[in-house]
Amino acid sequence: MRPCPTTPAQRPAGGAAAPLDVARLRQDFPILKQTVHGRPLVYLDNAATTQKPQAVIDAVSRFYERDNANIHRGVHELSLRSTQAYEAAREAVRRFIGAARTQEIVFVRGATEAINLVAQSYGRPRLRPGDEVLISTMEHHSNIVPWQIVCQQTGARLRVIPISDRGELLLDQYERLLNPRTRLVAIVHVSNALGTVNPVREMTEIAHRQGVPVLVDGAQSVAHMSVDVSDIGCDFFVFSGHKVFGPTGIGALYARQELLEQMPPYQGGGDMIASVTFEETTYNVLPQRFEAGTPNVAGAIGLAAALDYVQRVGPARIAAHERELLRYATQGVQQLPRVRLIGTAAEKAAILSFVIDGIHPHDAGTVLDRLGIAVRSGHHCAQPLMRRLGLAATVRASLAFYNTREELDALLRGVRRVIEVLG
Amino acid sequence: MPDELDELYQQTILDHYRQPRNVGELPDADGRAEGHNPLCGDHVVVFVVVRDGVVHDVRFRGSGCAISTASASLMTETIKGRTLDEARALFRSFHALVTGQTRGPGREALGKLEVFGNVRNFPARVKCATLPWHTLEAALERRTDAVVTTE
Repeated sequence: MRPCPTTPAQRPAGGAAAPLDVARLRQDFPILKQTVHGRPLVYLDNAATTQKPQAVIDAVSRFYERDNANIHRGVHELSLRSTQAYEAAREAVRRFIGAARTQEIVFVRGATEAINLVAQSYGRPRLRPGDEVLISTMEHHSNIVPWQIVCQQTGARLRVIPISDRGELLLDQYERLLNPRTRLVAIVHVSNALGTVNPVREMTEIAHRQGVPVLVDGAQSVAHMSVDVSDIGCDFFVFSGHKVFGPTGIGALYARQELLEQMPPYQGGGDMIASVTFEETTYNVLPQRFEAGTPNVAGAIGLAAALDYVQRVGPARIAAHERELLRYATQGVQQLPRVRLIGTAAEKAAILSFVIDGIHPHDAGTVLDRLGIAVRSGHHCAQPLMRRLGLAATVRASLAFYNTREELDALLRGVRRVIEVLG
Repeated sequence: MPDELDELYQQTILDHYRQPRNVGELPDADGRAEGHNPLCGDHVVVFVVVRDGVVHDVRFRGSGCAISTASASLMTETIKGRTLDEARALFRSFHALVTGQTRGPGREALGKLEVFGNVRNFPARVKCATLPWHTLEAALERRTDAVVTTE
C-alpha cells in the first residue's frame, strides 16, 4: 500500500514531481567520496546502516562545541539550550512520523530497544498463560526474541504468520491466526532481508476489528517512504536513527498515549522520576517516565537534523527515485546467469537479495568488497525466514536515495566477476 | 583484474570446495564437535576416530563458503595418520599462516595447506579458514557434542 503521497505540509519546495539531483545530494555525504581497495566506494549496505550527511555531522559537532550540558536540570544557560534542543528533536520526530502528540514519542537507543520496551512494559503485565502474540515469518531477530522472552516469562504463545515463496505475507492466514487469545500483533513494515513492503494499514485495521493492538517495526521503512502513523493507525511504531541518515544509538518509540499511560516504567533511574524517597517513588510524566538516565542528547539532535534533511529532499521524491533504481537493478540481476532473486513481492522497497548458484554469499561478498562494493552477505538477522526459504544466506544489496544507476552497473559487473573468480 | 582475488581463490581451494574430501559421518567416532560462525552461518561438524594417539580417521559435514569448506577438506586430508601432537602443531602453524604471523616457533611443514597463505590479506575471512580447525581441536579432546563458535 505504501509509499503514500506526502501531505502538502511535508512537500519540499520545488514539488514532489521534480526528480532528485543525486549528483548534488551525494556531495552532502563526505564518506561517499572515498575509494576502497583502489575503487570508488559503492555503498549498497543501507539496510544495515545509512551514511550521514554533513548536516547531521555538523549538528552533533555543534552541540558538543556550543551547547553540551545535561538536560531537564540546572538553571544555567547551556542546560536550557540542551533541553530545548532535545525536546525540539522529539517534536521533529513527532512531525516526521505524523504522531498526534509529542508526549507519544519516547527516545530509545534504537528499534530493538523500543520493541523490548513494549514487550516488557506493555506485554509482560498483560500476558497470561495461553495468550498469544502474533508476528510473521519475515521478522528481524529483534522483533522475534523480545517476544520469545516475554512469552517465556508469562506463559504466552508466539504465533507466526506464514509467507508465500515470493516473500509476501499470507493475509488469509493472518486473519485466521487472529483469535480471542491474541493480545498483540508485531509486524515489520519493510523486510530487511527481502524488501517486501507489508500492508500495515490494512493489517492494523483487521487487528483493530478484534480489539488487538499493533506494533509496526519501521526500521527499514522510514528512510525510503513517507510514513504517517496516524494513517497506518498502529498503536506502536519503532525505528532507529542510524537507518535514516542519523547517528547510531538513538531511535524512537511512538506509542498511543492511552497505552503509554497504562505502562509501568521500563527502567528506573534519573529523569524518569517526579520524587523519590526510600519508601516510594513517584514517576515522571510522559514521555520522561520511559527515559531513565541521561539520554543520548547529541544523538537526538543529530536525528532531528537527519529527519529535517530527509524532509527537505522529499520522501516522495526519494521513493520515486528508489523505485526506478529497484526496477533497473531487478531487470539487470534477472539477466545475470546463475543468479536468482530472493523476494519478489509486488510491493518492494529498494532491497535486492539474491543467491548465485554454486557460490556461497560470503565468497561473493569478498569479491565485491575488493571491487569497492559494500554489500551484506549472510542471514540478515532473519534466520527463521532463511530457513523458510531453504537458504543459509543471501547476498543483499540495499539502496538509499544517494545510489545511482552507475553504481548498480558496477554491482552487476561485480557479480559477473564473482562468477569468473569462483567458477 | 584484481589478481589478489585469484590468489585467494586458487585452483586447489576451488577444487576442494567443489569436491570436498572426507565428507560424511563416523558412527564410531570417539570425538565429535560442531562449529558455527554466526556471522555468515557457516556450520561444520567434525568426527574423529583416534587409535593409539594417532588420528585414525576423520570426516566432516556441514555447509559453508569456499574458504571454510576447502579448509575442512584439506584439513582432513592432512591430519589423517598424524599423531595428536602433530595435528595440534599443524593447527598452530596453520593459524600463524592465515593470520600472517611469520615469526614464532619452527613451523610444522604445511604442505598443501600453504594455499591458504593469501587469507591473511582478507582479515574478514580468517575465521572461515580456522573454523574447521577449532572444531577439530574440540573433537580431538575426545569430547562428544562439543560446540565451538567463532564470533
